[in-house]
Amino acid sequence: MQFKRLAVTAISTAMLVSASGIQARNLIQNKGSDTLVNVAQAWAEAYQSVNPDVAVAVSGGGSGTGIAAMINGTVDIANASRKMKDKEVKMADEQGHHPVEHTVGFDALAVYLHQDNPATQLTIEQLKQIYIRDGKATKWSDLGLKVPGCSSDEIVVVSRQNNSGTYAYFKKAVLGKSGKYRSGTLDMHGSKDVVDLVEKTPCAIGYSGLAYATDHVKLACVATDDKSSCVNPSVASASDGSYPIARPLFMYTNGEPKGDIKGYMDWILSDEGQCIILKKGYAPVRAVQCP
Amino acid sequence: MAENPHSLDDFDRRTPDWYVDRLMQSLVFIGGFSAIVFILGIFLFVAKEGLGFVTTDFDPVEFFTTEYWAPSDEDAPEFGILALIAGTAAVTGLAMLVAIPFALGAAIYIGEFATGKTREFLKVLVELLAAIPSVVWGFIGLSIMNPLIIAVFDVPVGLNVLNAGIILGLMAAPIMTSIAEDALKAVPDRYREAAEAMGATRWQVIVKVVLPAAKNGLLGAVLLGVGRGFGETMAVLMATGHSVNLPTSVFDSVRALTATIAAELGETAVGSEHYGALFTIGIFLFLITFVINMTADLIVRGVRKG
Repeated sequence: MQFKRLAVTAISTAMLVSASGIQARNLIQNKGSDTLVNVAQAWAEAYQSVNPDVAVAVSGGGSGTGIAAMINGTVDIANASRKMKDKEVKMADEQGHHPVEHTVGFDALAVYLHQDNPATQLTIEQLKQIYIRDGKATKWSDLGLKVPGCSSDEIVVVSRQNNSGTYAYFKKAVLGKSGKYRSGTLDMHGSKDVVDLVEKTPCAIGYSGLAYATDHVKLACVATDDKSSCVNPSVASASDGSYPIARPLFMYTNGEPKGDIKGYMDWILSDEGQCIILKKGYAPVRAVQCP
Repeated sequence: MAENPHSLDDFDRRTPDWYVDRLMQSLVFIGGFSAIVFILGIFLFVAKEGLGFVTTDFDPVEFFTTEYWAPSDEDAPEFGILALIAGTAAVTGLAMLVAIPFALGAAIYIGEFATGKTREFLKVLVELLAAIPSVVWGFIGLSIMNPLIIAVFDVPVGLNVLNAGIILGLMAAPIMTSIAEDALKAVPDRYREAAEAMGATRWQVIVKVVLPAAKNGLLGAVLLGVGRGFGETMAVLMATGHSVNLPTSVFDSVRALTATIAAELGETAVGSEHYGALFTIGIFLFLITFVINMTADLIVRGVRKG
C-alpha cells in the first residue's frame, strides 16, 4: 500500500513538472490592424531574443477584428489604426474587459496612384470629391487630368472594407465627420491589396499606409488646400505633423498591462522597439537614435 | 417424440448478428435523422443571432429598399442591402445565361448521343468539374479573367458582374448537367421509339418529345443552379470587386450578400448592430435558398411521379 501511494505521488509530481515545463513559455495573443501587422510581427520576432520565455502570436484582419476580439476578450493586445469608439469601449466594459490605449507610432496615410498617372499633387478637397457620396469628381478630366492607359477616363475608387481602421481614419480626415463614402468603391481586404490593385489599374486611386509603398506605384503629394504647398508622405512629415493625413497607431490592452504584457509593451516603447517601427516605414512616438 | 434439432428457441435467440443488426439500424437512423437536427439547429442559431437586430434596430423599408451599406459608421450607420441583392441577382442571372446552354448541351449529348466509353468518360469529367474548390474558381477570376476582361473590353477594372457571372456559370454547370441528364434519362424509351417509328429524326425526337417530357426535371436543374448561385461565396467574393453598387452594366463591380457576410462577420463585435444585421442577411439568404431548393425538389419529384 505504502509503495503504491508513493508511486502515485511520484507520477503526479512528474506530470506537474512537465506541465509547468510547457507553461514556461507564456503566450501573448496579439491581433488587429493590417497597417500594424508587419510591425507587430517584427516586434514579436525581435522580442524572442529579449525575453525567450514569452511568445507573441500575431495576426491581422483589420482594426475592427482586433477591437472585436478585445471586446469579446479573446486577445491580450489589440492593434488598431483608429481610436476605439465610445460605443465599443462601453461594450467591452459590459463584457468585463477594460481596454487601455497605448500610442505606439504614427503612420502617414499615402494616396496611391498608378505610375502613369500625371497627377503631381492633390488637395484634401479633391480627394473628398473623389471619395464622398455624390462627389463631383468621377472622371479624371474633372480634375483636369488625362491619364494614359485609362481610356474610359473613369476614376476607379479603391477603398477598404468597412471594419478597417484605415477606412475609418480616412473617412474622418478627408470626408469630414458626417461624410459618407460613395457607392461603387472597390473595398479591398488588406492594405497591400489596395496597392496591388492600383499598381495594375491605370484609372485607379487608393489610400493605404505608407509602409506598403512599392517602386511600381506613385504617391500623391497632398496639400491641405489650394493655397498651401503640398507635402510628400514620409516618416519625417508624419512625425512632425506637416503631412495632412497622418494618424496615430494604437495598441489596446485589457486593463493596465501587468506581468509579461507590461514587459512587452514597455519594450515596444523603448528605443529598441521604436527603432523597429521606424525601420518598417512608420514614425516613432518620439525622436530615437537608431544604430 | 424425436427432439426437433431446430426448436423455435433457436430462432428467437438474440445472437450477435441480431445485436449488430439492431446497432446498425439505430446508427443509420441517427444518420438520417441528424440532417433534420442540423438544419433545425442552424436555422434556430441564425434566427437567434439575427432576431436581436430584427426586433430592435431593424427597419424593413430601409433594409430592403436603400442601397447604402455602411454598418460600421459611428454616427449614422446605414443598413441597406438593395445593392447587395442587386449584385447577387445580377451575378446569378448572368451565371444562368452562361450555365444553361452549357449544361443543357452537355446533358443532351451525354444522355442522348454519347454511348459506351465516351459517355462514362464525360460523366466522370463533369463530376470532376463539380469538385473544383470554389476558392480555385475565385483565383481564376482574380488572376486570369481580370486582366483578360480589361484587355478585351477596354474597361478600367475586370472584377465585375461579367467576371463573376462567367465563373459562377462554369461552377453551376456541372451540377445542372447531372440533374438535367437524370431528367432526360427519366423519359421512357418507348416515347423515343414511338417518335422514331413515326419517322422523326434524332433532333426532332429530342426537341419535340424528350425535352417537353423532361421539362420539369430541367426546370428543377436550373433552379438548383440558381440556388447554388445565390449561396456561392468565395468565388463571388474574389471576382466581383466587392463594391456596394447598383449595377447598370455587366462591367460594373458589385458585391454579393454572401460575400458581405464572409468579409465582415469575423470582424464585428458579437451582439453589435452590425453583427445582427449580418445575421439578418443570413436569415434572408437561408429563406431564399430554402424556397428555391424546395421548389426545385417539388418540381423534380413531380416529374418522377408523373
